[in-house]
Amino acid sequence: MLEARDISISYGSREVLRGVSFAVRDGSVTALLGPNGAGKSTLMRALNGTFGASAAKFTGEVLFGGERIDGLSRREIASRIAVVAQENETRFPVTVIEFVLAGRFVHGNAFGWETTADIEAAKRSLADCDLAGFDERLMNELSGGERQRVVLARAMATNARLLLLDEPTANLDLAHQRLMFRLVRQRCDTCGGAAVVITHDLDLAAAYSDSILLLDGGKLTAAGHPEEVLTAENVARVFGVEVSISHDEASGRVRVANVY
Amino acid sequence: MKRRTLRNTLILVAALIVAAAAAMMIGAERIDISHLSEIDKTILFDIRIPRVLLAASVGASLAVAGAGLQSLLRNPLAEPYLLGVSNGAALGTLIAFVFFGAFEFTRPLFAFAGAAAATVVVYRMARGRAGMNVERLVLSGVIVTTFLSSVIVMLTSVLDAARLRSYTFWLLGDLSQASLGGVYLSAGAAIAGTAVMASQARALNLMMVGESDAFDFGVEVGRVRMLVFGAASVVVGASVAASGSVGYVGLIVPHLVRMAFGSDNRQVVPLSALAGAIFVVAADTLARTLIAPRELPVGAITALAGAPLFIYLLRRS
Repeated sequence: MLEARDISISYGSREVLRGVSFAVRDGSVTALLGPNGAGKSTLMRALNGTFGASAAKFTGEVLFGGERIDGLSRREIASRIAVVAQENETRFPVTVIEFVLAGRFVHGNAFGWETTADIEAAKRSLADCDLAGFDERLMNELSGGERQRVVLARAMATNARLLLLDEPTANLDLAHQRLMFRLVRQRCDTCGGAAVVITHDLDLAAAYSDSILLLDGGKLTAAGHPEEVLTAENVARVFGVEVSISHDEASGRVRVANVY
Repeated sequence: MKRRTLRNTLILVAALIVAAAAAMMIGAERIDISHLSEIDKTILFDIRIPRVLLAASVGASLAVAGAGLQSLLRNPLAEPYLLGVSNGAALGTLIAFVFFGAFEFTRPLFAFAGAAAATVVVYRMARGRAGMNVERLVLSGVIVTTFLSSVIVMLTSVLDAARLRSYTFWLLGDLSQASLGGVYLSAGAAIAGTAVMASQARALNLMMVGESDAFDFGVEVGRVRMLVFGAASVVVGASVAASGSVGYVGLIVPHLVRMAFGSDNRQVVPLSALAGAIFVVAADTLARTLIAPRELPVGAITALAGAPLFIYLLRRS
């Protein structure tokens, strides 16, 4: 679905990414891991075509379904890729339903009013994110975790095939962390979508992803199946932390536990 | 939502008609519509009607510019007067007045150019490496406004006493010079500007939440910004050229509309235009009746209402 080829980005003389290449297959969840400042969010923005117009120096190419992403309009990109960015607050009293309907922007013209299909899609994704009945609540009166789920619901309300999620679980309680990953997993399994998720929770990444990209200092130091990437050596080298790796008999997946 | 917007629009249209009709009757000379004398007719058709129409156009223009700029800049304090856009237009008009006085058509053109230049300068100044915040934008507006004011003061010193007085009065917002040409121009600008702003209303809904969010969800951010800045400059240029700087309309009106009807710009934009028209028609009626037969500048009345609200909003944000 998505292919990144030899992406390098620098701000002035500071190199943020160096020669990053990888591919995202249909139906897969890819976890993007790495310490703070490794270039994860920058890479995410590059996948979304952000650096076509900015001051940062960008080389390499991003292909979506074989098409170069910098040849597509914003509207075309947004109908293919939905983003859950780290949150920002608005000073205007925006209701939850208004916020989620933004996810349907590319489905209408700019004049347009939403159709009933748009409203249904918005309500469905609110319900999926455990936010039924929140429609008329104001965004700035929600808790951090609720807001984060609304942001997720907005991305889910699009028909985009690829989801890009930047730390979607940062403010979520345990149950909602799991709900979030399940929703993403489900979307990828059922409608041929795919997702790239930035997270700091190695164990959740191991449990829900098909492949893992480990980014360190702007370089991809390991990529592949969770079992290959999430080794005690790799984690110690990149994060400087000791972990214990085990295998869950029931799911056949790796488990990552901190050693304190 | 669609139906609610239509209903609210119709209510405000009706309110505007009532306000305009009342404003045409009330004044230093009270007009009785059932038996019009010749003098009454002259007052009504040559003075009152153009003036009320101009007030409505100016109010709609400034309010719609405020509504658009606030959403675009994600800042409830953005307003043509406070951002220096009005002063840019005022300086443009003054330059046309001083150097091309014989050619009246140059005034709106120069006013538009001044408004556009001030908008771009303030926007550039407010946008630092770390992005843009409320304080930075307001501060940039203050700096540009102050700078433009001093240029205006320097330029006015070349005017003779009579022209100086009329210019000073105009600078504070003055609708008494309403001519039919000015009415056509500012009404046309108000309608066109509202249409452009309304066409971007849904994109503005996304911009209001965050520029990078809007970008992610398919808004051509640069194009929307240019259209909104362009529309704001045209409407502010046209209304300043016709009536000077009527302050705070763009702050008060969209704010009240949002409080009453919510933040959806597809509603806020057209309703602000209508409510702005009503507000300035009412303020101008006060301006010409409070100390009749003498007049107050309408800008003084709107500022009197707006400054306290500005302080309230600033404390809350």
